[in-house]
Amino acid sequence: MRLTLKVWRQKNKSDKGGFETYQLNNVDTHASFLEMMDVLNEQLVNENKIPVAFDHDCREGICGACSMVINGRPHGPLKGTTTCQLHMRHFHDGETVTIEPFRANAFPVLKDLVVDRSSFERIQQAGGYISVGTGSAPEANNIPVNKVDAEKAFDSAACIGCGACVAACKNGSAMLFVGAKVSQYALLPQGHPERNERVLNMVAVMDEEGFGGCTNTGACEAECPKEISVANIMRLNREYISAKLSVEKE
Amino acid sequence: MALDSKIPSGPLGEKWSRYKSSVKLVNPANKKKIDIIVIGTGLAGASAAASLGELGYKVKAFCFQDSARRAHSIAAQGGINAAKNYRNDGDSVYRLFYDTIKGGDYRSREGNVHRLAEVSVNIIDQCVAQGVPFAREYSGLLDNRSFGGVQVSRTFYARGQTGQQLLLGAYSALNRQVKEKSVELFTRHEMVEVVIENGKARGVIVRDLVTGEIQRHAAHAVVLATGGYGNVFFLSTNAMGCNTTAIWKAHKKGAFFGNPCFTQIHPTCIPVHGEYQSKLTLMSESLRNDGRVWVSKSKGDKRKPQDIPEEERDYYLERKYPSFGNLVPRDIASRAAKEACDDGRGVGETGMAVYLDFADAIKKYGKDTISARYGNLFEMYEKITGEDPYTTPMMIYPAVHYTMGGLWVDYNLMTNVPGMYATGECNFSDHGANRLGASALMQGLADGYFVLPYTIGDYLSGEILTGKIKSDSPAFDEAEKNVREQIEKLMNIKGTKSVDYYHRKLGKVMWDKCGMARNAKGLTEAIEEIKRIKTEFWSDVKIPGTANELNPELEKAIRVADFIELGELMCRDALHREESCGGHFRSEFQTPDGEALRNDDKFAYVGAWEYKSENQPQELHKEELVFESVHLTQRSYK
Ligand SMILES: Cc1cc2nc3c(=O)[nH]c(=O)nc-3n(C[C@H](O)[C@H](O)[C@H](O)COP(=O)(O)OP(=O)(O)OC[C@H]3O[C@@H](n4cnc5c(N)ncnc54)[C@H](O)[C@@H]3O)c2cc1C
Ligand code: SF4
Ligand code: FES
Repeated sequence: MRLTLKVWRQKNKSDKGGFETYQLNNVDTHASFLEMMDVLNEQLVNENKIPVAFDHDCREGICGACSMVINGRPHGPLKGTTTCQLHMRHFHDGETVTIEPFRANAFPVLKDLVVDRSSFERIQQAGGYISVGTGSAPEANNIPVNKVDAEKAFDSAACIGCGACVAACKNGSAMLFVGAKVSQYALLPQGHPERNERVLNMVAVMDEEGFGGCTNTGACEAECPKEISVANIMRLNREYISAKLSVEKE
Repeated sequence: MALDSKIPSGPLGEKWSRYKSSVKLVNPANKKKIDIIVIGTGLAGASAAASLGELGYKVKAFCFQDSARRAHSIAAQGGINAAKNYRNDGDSVYRLFYDTIKGGDYRSREGNVHRLAEVSVNIIDQCVAQGVPFAREYSGLLDNRSFGGVQVSRTFYARGQTGQQLLLGAYSALNRQVKEKSVELFTRHEMVEVVIENGKARGVIVRDLVTGEIQRHAAHAVVLATGGYGNVFFLSTNAMGCNTTAIWKAHKKGAFFGNPCFTQIHPTCIPVHGEYQSKLTLMSESLRNDGRVWVSKSKGDKRKPQDIPEEERDYYLERKYPSFGNLVPRDIASRAAKEACDDGRGVGETGMAVYLDFADAIKKYGKDTISARYGNLFEMYEKITGEDPYTTPMMIYPAVHYTMGGLWVDYNLMTNVPGMYATGECNFSDHGANRLGASALMQGLADGYFVLPYTIGDYLSGEILTGKIKSDSPAFDEAEKNVREQIEKLMNIKGTKSVDYYHRKLGKVMWDKCGMARNAKGLTEAIEEIKRIKTEFWSDVKIPGTANELNPELEKAIRVADFIELGELMCRDALHREESCGGHFRSEFQTPDGEALRNDDKFAYVGAWEYKSENQPQELHKEELVFESVHLTQRSYK
């Protein structure tokens, strides 16, 4: 099939950037979206042009590297699907496809479709862990975990840290991402001793990094490729309030 | 040169505990004065960096992705082994050890493998304490499943995303140390050279992938945890960025390369479907617990699978291997699929696929149970192929998946270059000629959490008086100069073909002649073909843009240049090993019924290759494998 691509091109952080239009004449419907991008890049190299830079690695929907806004939607039109798992059979012959980077205050563009998501890293470093040193763990089955809670914790832990939730949100909020991590640990007995500091520290860094507040639009859940539920945001709010209260009591 | 594996003396089961109680230690005050560089933040690297940071060393960790959490380990699906014996089904440390040695077709070291089995139980404890959400039973206790090549149920899992959850656990431990300032993390940085001074590893040269800046980092020890090199085949189940550069550069600076030709071809992958294809997708081996593998009994059968009656189907694994059935080890399952397809009985458009059928399992357990077990895998399959595995059998074909070969290391996980370590998939150590399922995650975390933190002290205790390593020495000047020259040379070729063009070409030679079946003629041809690819690459590759910016084409070019050289060594290793063992199948050496025929008299050794120079082939050194506890037999899964 034939496609017209409108792709965001930006040389570096300080460049203003803009759209360029490219024509692809022979796209296989079985190819993945990123394989289509490979074909575009091969074409650009052959034409002595600079290929489009984009982040990707696993191409299996699990590493969270890929990050494109396709026709206005983070990771494109398919629900619960990352850019790398999107296949060209979901587009039609002659279509114009617009491709942009994830945009957010806290995700500056580095080049073309590549953004800097290190703000996510700093949030995790603030408290996204249980403080258990290597070698100090008790026998695993001494910590039984209710199966339902374990499943719920898994659902939260399935977040791949891609940032689509932030890109989808008009406020550029990271509440879904932070809520997922806080929830995973809040649902497991292992996470309880540090639950207050954890949520307070992570939220503080989230605010420092310039992510916006949550106004309950639900856009994050709708665009999240792992279908992380907004219930995680509710739990985050609850954890936060309860942590605040217990800190005040002390 | 004699290779000393430094296996401690004493009975097998006591070696590691004796070692631990006699190994030299570095006291806490001195640890602060010692710098360690860890390249890689996958399971092996993140667990090592975090544990070394906790001990008080000053650690710098590097990865090429934008986050440590994106290392290729994230993609592992099926599970992690541990000899917990929670099922009471006869498992033990010894049995895990024995299964691993046998699964590896008797080409790994007893001492290392036994240690791996011993520490496997600690890994599960550690991960659970970190909050890894493993699958559980209604009792709240941990659940298990079984994997190929074994008869017990010892695999722990977190749905079909075990690697993700284990890596996020290690990543959280790493983040904690970043906060404590014991680990400094460098993302989007690629190691492009090691620095050796007076025979010891003293640092690395890295390229900042965003700015193109070339940096020097000095340390008392360098740990490489950079993963496998399966992408030498271009198409593999590995992530796109997986590469050999770090270990190849180390090899060219003196580290021996162990068993480079030992590659694992995984039996259950989605078949190749087009020219544009960039990678292959694995369907977890756990599917073989319930899926039945079959092809038609007749050649060229183009009927739909539903239209082929039961009696005209050949469930060839169940037929040939009644006691293990669909759960034979990977090398055997892969070769059997190739045989069926070579025999003209392959299925699908290309004829290069076999069925993996869940109809019976769905009938027996119901769709819900199957969905709970494999839901996300079925979904993934449907996304890629557009077909629903609940109603149509999956189509699968073998694909390159894992590399057992890697840098040669001793019991301490140190290469033959003092101060340079290799952990995880990038070393050669524990899996012999074939790795069992769910054992790579185990090895990566064993190395990083429980082995290296002990063994590295043995060397570093001799470094406490060294003082800070300086990065302005002639050795650093020289290493940096090499890197700059290589990049300049690549940028100045300004040829006509893209990097991928050469990578594909190399991959095709490797797959055709150094893949699932190999022979002397093909390998000899491959060596010549790869030499030609190398000449062509270095005179005609085209890299747009400049070296001082984010330039993915340049990143790929640096990696492919190394893959080309590695490919040649793999073929040479495969050619010299005149036997079949595990994943290395030389068609000249097989039993009458087509199984791998080992030659223990001549080849019960690790082939460790020493780099000589640009125009001189590597020299082979042998580490003889000594088997004190197990008796070498022809592997049988019948
Ligand atoms: C699809 C798939 C499924 C799998 N499933 C299982 C399973 O169920 N069970 C199992 O046991 N095993 C499984 N494996 C194998 C297992 O995942 C890997 O062997 C293991 O994760 C490797 O871990 P590692 O830490 O050694 O390397 P990796 O996780 O590959 O990490 C390598 C690290 O090194 C860094 N790096 C590499 N080169 C450089 C460089 N030059 N400079 C800087 N940094 C560099 C990378 O950024 C990364 O951080 C699977 C593999 C695949 C491909
Ligand atoms: S919550 Fe969803 S969208 Fe947000 S980072 Fe996680 S996986 Fe991506
Ligand atoms: S490339 Fe890994 S999730 Fe898309």
